[in-house]
Amino acid sequence: MSEILWSEKQKATWRNKVGLAEMLKGGVIMDVVNADQAKIAEEAGAVAVMALERVPADIRAQGGVARMSDPKLIREIQDAVSIPVMAKCRIGHFVEAQILEALGVDFIDESEVLTPADDRYHVYKHDFKVPFVCGCRNLGEALRRIAEGAAMIRTKGEAGTGDIVEAVRHMRTVMDEIRRIQHLPIEELMTVAKEMGAPFELVLEVARKGKLPVPNFSAGGIATPADAALMMQLGAEAVFVGSGIFKSKDPARRARAIVEAVTYYDDPVKLAEISTDLGEPMMGISARSLPEAEQLAVRGW
Amino acid sequence: MVKVGVLALQGDFEKHIETLDRLQVSSVEVREKSQLDKIDGLIIPGGESTTIGKLLVRYELMEPLRNFAKAGKPIFGTCAGAILLAKEIEGSNQDRIGVLDIAVKRNAYGRQIESFEADIFVPKIGELPVRGVFIRAPIIKHVKDGVEVLSRFADNPVLVKQGKILAATFHPELTNDTRIHAFFLSLFSA
Repeated sequence: MSEILWSEKQKATWRNKVGLAEMLKGGVIMDVVNADQAKIAEEAGAVAVMALERVPADIRAQGGVARMSDPKLIREIQDAVSIPVMAKCRIGHFVEAQILEALGVDFIDESEVLTPADDRYHVYKHDFKVPFVCGCRNLGEALRRIAEGAAMIRTKGEAGTGDIVEAVRHMRTVMDEIRRIQHLPIEELMTVAKEMGAPFELVLEVARKGKLPVPNFSAGGIATPADAALMMQLGAEAVFVGSGIFKSKDPARRARAIVEAVTYYDDPVKLAEISTDLGEPMMGISARSLPEAEQLAVRGW
Repeated sequence: MVKVGVLALQGDFEKHIETLDRLQVSSVEVREKSQLDKIDGLIIPGGESTTIGKLLVRYELMEPLRNFAKAGKPIFGTCAGAILLAKEIEGSNQDRIGVLDIAVKRNAYGRQIESFEADIFVPKIGELPVRGVFIRAPIIKHVKDGVEVLSRFADNPVLVKQGKILAATFHPELTNDTRIHAFFLSLFSA
């Protein structure tokens, strides 16, 4: 058998980055603020945890500038669980991203939930070995982020509200735009690319394949197993749950139920069982009642 | 004609189905124990082994899967799938099917930034290498008698077979190369 040397491997390839996103499909990524919550999430069956100092609902309530978490907290969470650990950097804050990469986080979320560090530009994510996930509200925004190097996309929703309406709107928008461009003659696609502000080559690829070139997850407002199943039926390939779990009455139970709902998202009989007797969900606020200054989803360029 | 089940509780099961499609083999996503009677072999995909293990327990698939293996039906596990098949998981008491005589260590190459690709030689399927895509991959630390090592990378076994159970620590389903899946299918008639 020919021997392949250890040094002949190629690390952190594009396929490695998108590959990790592929492995998370059909799973739930849960926001946690300490090692105990991380263990509860892992025990419930989370495929990954997002290490944060405050969940979005608290960022909303308390205000102020939201930044990358303290490395101490991230390390404690990394030590507590065996599943992948993600962490957030501010939009455009490539030094926070460098620090998160140095900590060995498994995925960086360049997130609108934190206060943006740059009001014009995002991080150039191809420069990093660690994969990135970014939020989007529409296909153009998704393709801009992918062109910058995002290995996973999540529709934004409106984080910290417990209201699913924005998540639904963003997922429908992306899926509708994908369906629409599949049926357009090729000569129209350059203008489509110009209008959505997306790279022409990526528009061509999506039109041909009928899907994004990286996995598309859903975030921002999921509070119940039914919410999670709704997003899966609308085309999400996995879900992020932020405040919805640890702001509910019985986080362990709800976390477990949401994990099961993502697996059996198109089985209403099982979903009825899964949704039974979970205790109170997070209170939530209507996303449509938020003034624009308090909307997180509009952050991103 | 054979029908291959792909365990679809969580993970990259769609990628396995795409690979089987390229081989023109009919496949079905498996989420219920009753489906095991209707398939000739099963693929356990990559994903999070802890998540899949918990769902196997909650939805009462663990014992039926052990019986499936005992009946001599072919099973192929990639990465998390290999972990779930292993009898021993170093330093972990996580739920597993435990039908393959190997000991594995999870995330043994390191965190995601240590994930890598490398050419892997599998003499059984031909001279040309396959591209091994390793993602937070486990390492197979020991294999017991009766387990055949089909390929190694830097001394560690990365593709092993025991009877009709095949396990890879990498992801052939993430490449366009169908040879390892074709080899798995050859076990159906062997």
